[in-house]
Amino acid sequence: MSKIQVVTSINHEEVEFLCEPQETLLNVLRETLGRTGTKEGCATGDCGACSVLVDDRLVCACLMLAAEAGGCEITTIEGIASEEGLDPIQQKFLEHAALQCGICTPGLIIATKSLLDRHADPDETTIRYWLAGNLCRCTGYDKIIRAVQDVARDRARDRARDLAGPA
Amino acid sequence: MSEAIEYKIVGTSPVRPDGVDKVTGRAQYGADLNLPNQIYGKVLRSPHAHARIKRIDIGRAAAMPGVYAVITGEDFPEPPEHGEIGGEAGGSIADLARNIMARDKALYHGHAVAAVAARSLSIADEALAAIEVEYEVLEPVLDLDAAMAPGAPLLDENCFTKNLPEKPDKPSNIADVMVLARGDVDQGFEQADVIVEGEYRIPMAHQGYIEPHACIANTNEAGQSTVWCCTQGPFDFRAIAAKVLNMDVADLKFVASEIGGGFGGKTVVYLEPLAVLLSRKARRPVKMMMSREEVFRATGPTSGTHYKVKVGAKRDGTLTAATAWMAFEAGAYAGAPMGPGAMTILAPYQLENFKIEACEVLLNKPKVAAYRAPGAPQSMHAMESALDDLARELNMDPIDLRLKNAADEGTRAPYGPKFPVIGLKECLRAAKAHPNYTRALPEGAGRGVAVGFWFNVGMQSSAEVHINENGTVTVVEGNPDIGGSRASMCIMAAETLGVPYERVRTLIGDTESTGFSNVTGGSRTTFATGMAVVQACEDIIAQCRVRAAATWGVDEAQVLWQDGQAIPAPSVNAELKPLSLADIAANAVKTGGPLLGHAALNAQGAGASFSVNIADLQVDRDTGKVDVLAFTAIQDAGRAIHKAYVEGQMQGGAAQGLGWALNEEYIYNADGIMENAGFLDYRMPVASDLPMIDTHIVEVPNPRHPYGVRGVGETPIVAPLAAAANAVRDAIGIRIHDLPLSPPRVLAALDAAGG
Repeated sequence: MSKIQVVTSINHEEVEFLCEPQETLLNVLRETLGRTGTKEGCATGDCGACSVLVDDRLVCACLMLAAEAGGCEITTIEGIASEEGLDPIQQKFLEHAALQCGICTPGLIIATKSLLDRHADPDETTIRYWLAGNLCRCTGYDKIIRAVQDVARDRARDRARDLAGPA
Repeated sequence: MSEAIEYKIVGTSPVRPDGVDKVTGRAQYGADLNLPNQIYGKVLRSPHAHARIKRIDIGRAAAMPGVYAVITGEDFPEPPEHGEIGGEAGGSIADLARNIMARDKALYHGHAVAAVAARSLSIADEALAAIEVEYEVLEPVLDLDAAMAPGAPLLDENCFTKNLPEKPDKPSNIADVMVLARGDVDQGFEQADVIVEGEYRIPMAHQGYIEPHACIANTNEAGQSTVWCCTQGPFDFRAIAAKVLNMDVADLKFVASEIGGGFGGKTVVYLEPLAVLLSRKARRPVKMMMSREEVFRATGPTSGTHYKVKVGAKRDGTLTAATAWMAFEAGAYAGAPMGPGAMTILAPYQLENFKIEACEVLLNKPKVAAYRAPGAPQSMHAMESALDDLARELNMDPIDLRLKNAADEGTRAPYGPKFPVIGLKECLRAAKAHPNYTRALPEGAGRGVAVGFWFNVGMQSSAEVHINENGTVTVVEGNPDIGGSRASMCIMAAETLGVPYERVRTLIGDTESTGFSNVTGGSRTTFATGMAVVQACEDIIAQCRVRAAATWGVDEAQVLWQDGQAIPAPSVNAELKPLSLADIAANAVKTGGPLLGHAALNAQGAGASFSVNIADLQVDRDTGKVDVLAFTAIQDAGRAIHKAYVEGQMQGGAAQGLGWALNEEYIYNADGIMENAGFLDYRMPVASDLPMIDTHIVEVPNPRHPYGVRGVGETPIVAPLAAAANAVRDAIGIRIHDLPLSPPRVLAALDAAGG
């Protein structure tokens, strides 16, 4: 069986890999490229543990063939922090104790980023429905929602301050 | 005892030391490790729920290019005659050995019958397809009634019900029975003004951890194997694997990865012994990962159950008698939580007259494993539902009914010992006083209350504490961190030593680098391993006092330890600057060498944790859908070491309990094949299913722990099933006895009652 050559961009870095036709993006991220931050919980798109952004769109990596990744810009959990340190989403998850075992956390952080990049001021219902695709079995979601609300509040405050201009 | 103590760090909620790696994807879970030269293992599973295995032909598979090893039951040693698994896992080692790889019979759909190791996952799949198995298909038994009926197909012709007054002459699927009794129930019921009865059925359910089981085993030519795996207990896994494989524990090294949830389901082995054998044959590291489907079909869900309860009380609410009969699905092999189920059902109450009868039954489903307070949720569902009905008959507030009969210090528990100081009444009073208990309910909603309980255990733990040259502290212990326990160990160490939290790190050692510890489970980690950590820190303090005494040229008795420093006692007649932990560590080479403290114990004095839950549920009479409007969890933590992580246990257990109550169930077809073996149709709560979960931590300290800790991990799942059932009863005026309270069941109950 001949393999397929794919050239893509992951976290703004060009990546080239070979894959079998049936391999999913999740398989390749984890087993071929060794980027194990994205997790497999079900491989059928039901749990969201494998959430990534593909061209800014929230996607379950297990539902996309690796061969489809050519020419895309993929964001994984490994690309969320920067030289400046943790992203506020990551920081708030820690401060609110929004993780216990942590297996769902990478997927939730990616989904939260997708939510907050689209909705400036989501109410609790919007947050819960947006994150409904990410299963968590440990926390009961309470502290996760509070962490997301806290990030949204900080962003709103920063936006207001930017709008107000220098004092 | 410790009511008035003001702690510096105990009771706060600092960021966990392992947190950054977990929010950046660096933390390595079971399937995240890759070893050079590794190959992949996969399992062939029985397509039949009940069958004799006549022949397995592995020839074609073994000869396939890229296949390095094939194993069947024949590659395993004979299951040992004796030995129990122990801990919260029930059953014999022999049965566990047969469970992880079938020998003469396949006893459930998904039962492992062979395994291969190959260069890639796709070649492994092809190899599995090339294995020929000849089965003699047998009739499966799939529910308790069928399995217990005379003439039922038998899973094990050598199974004679244990613990009957006389040994039976015929084999049966009823593996074991148990009776707990006290007083005279007939007389007790005669004294009752009101008697309530109920019959309750709950289907099999799964722990639902998001991380499937995964491991890598690597064996060298000396027969020594290293196993990396997600596990709740590397030492317990090592012990079980050694027995199953007839190996010396010294030849097995278990390294616990980070773990993506366990809830009891990862206290028993499934893949690990297979991976060891495959890696021994293949002479390469073998990585094995379960699919989600395999997790549902072939790991250890919790028992489906059938309960019959009868309880009588006087008009003033005093309970006079209670009986309970309970049957647990054991699955393919014995080991259901019949014991804890029987012991917990009346634990919250003072009662002179009771008779509790329990049994566990073999049937063609996976062998059950522990699920967070095993047996107690099912027991409380039945008894707390009956007590709710009783409160209605007596026209009594349900919390007042509990208070009237609440167990307290000195009450003799149904399973024998007298309770030491406990916090049930405090939880009940807190519930009654809570604003959520009396606030208005919207149209179509109901409120339900229930009590929860778990014994909590102690068991064995070890800890080492190293003081680094700069005075920072490294704690090493052997309990995988499932819910923030590293943070709790750091808090207790920092508090004991008197140093800032940020100066302490906690590492989880493997079976070769730290002392023996039982599982992270049984609500024992903060209690028992915490106790070991505290004792190891006290060992350090004792050593520091000796070192300071040497440095100052005084007697050791004249050195005190306060706020992280050695200070001279008031009696010392000299100006001596305090010596901090860092000072003593920097000078350690001159005063005797490295500072290393340790402790190893079999922790005694675990304190029970009681809870009260208040659930507000709304029923849509057109669709039967039940929505959770509000949930309040009140629980006695003894002392909350890390406040946010204690709240987290309470909230997480509530969510699991609500899922179990409202929608989770194993659905089997007539052939014994689970039809909903995925997260889509085994529907656990998602973020949009739940509201914020209010918590109230009660602290009635456990005097047997240096900080008053009671385990909190399991109690949270015990009361929600009954709280939800009682809320639905309140909402629609009809008692639905069975779970889950899914739309079809709720609609059927509404239709039967005339809409």
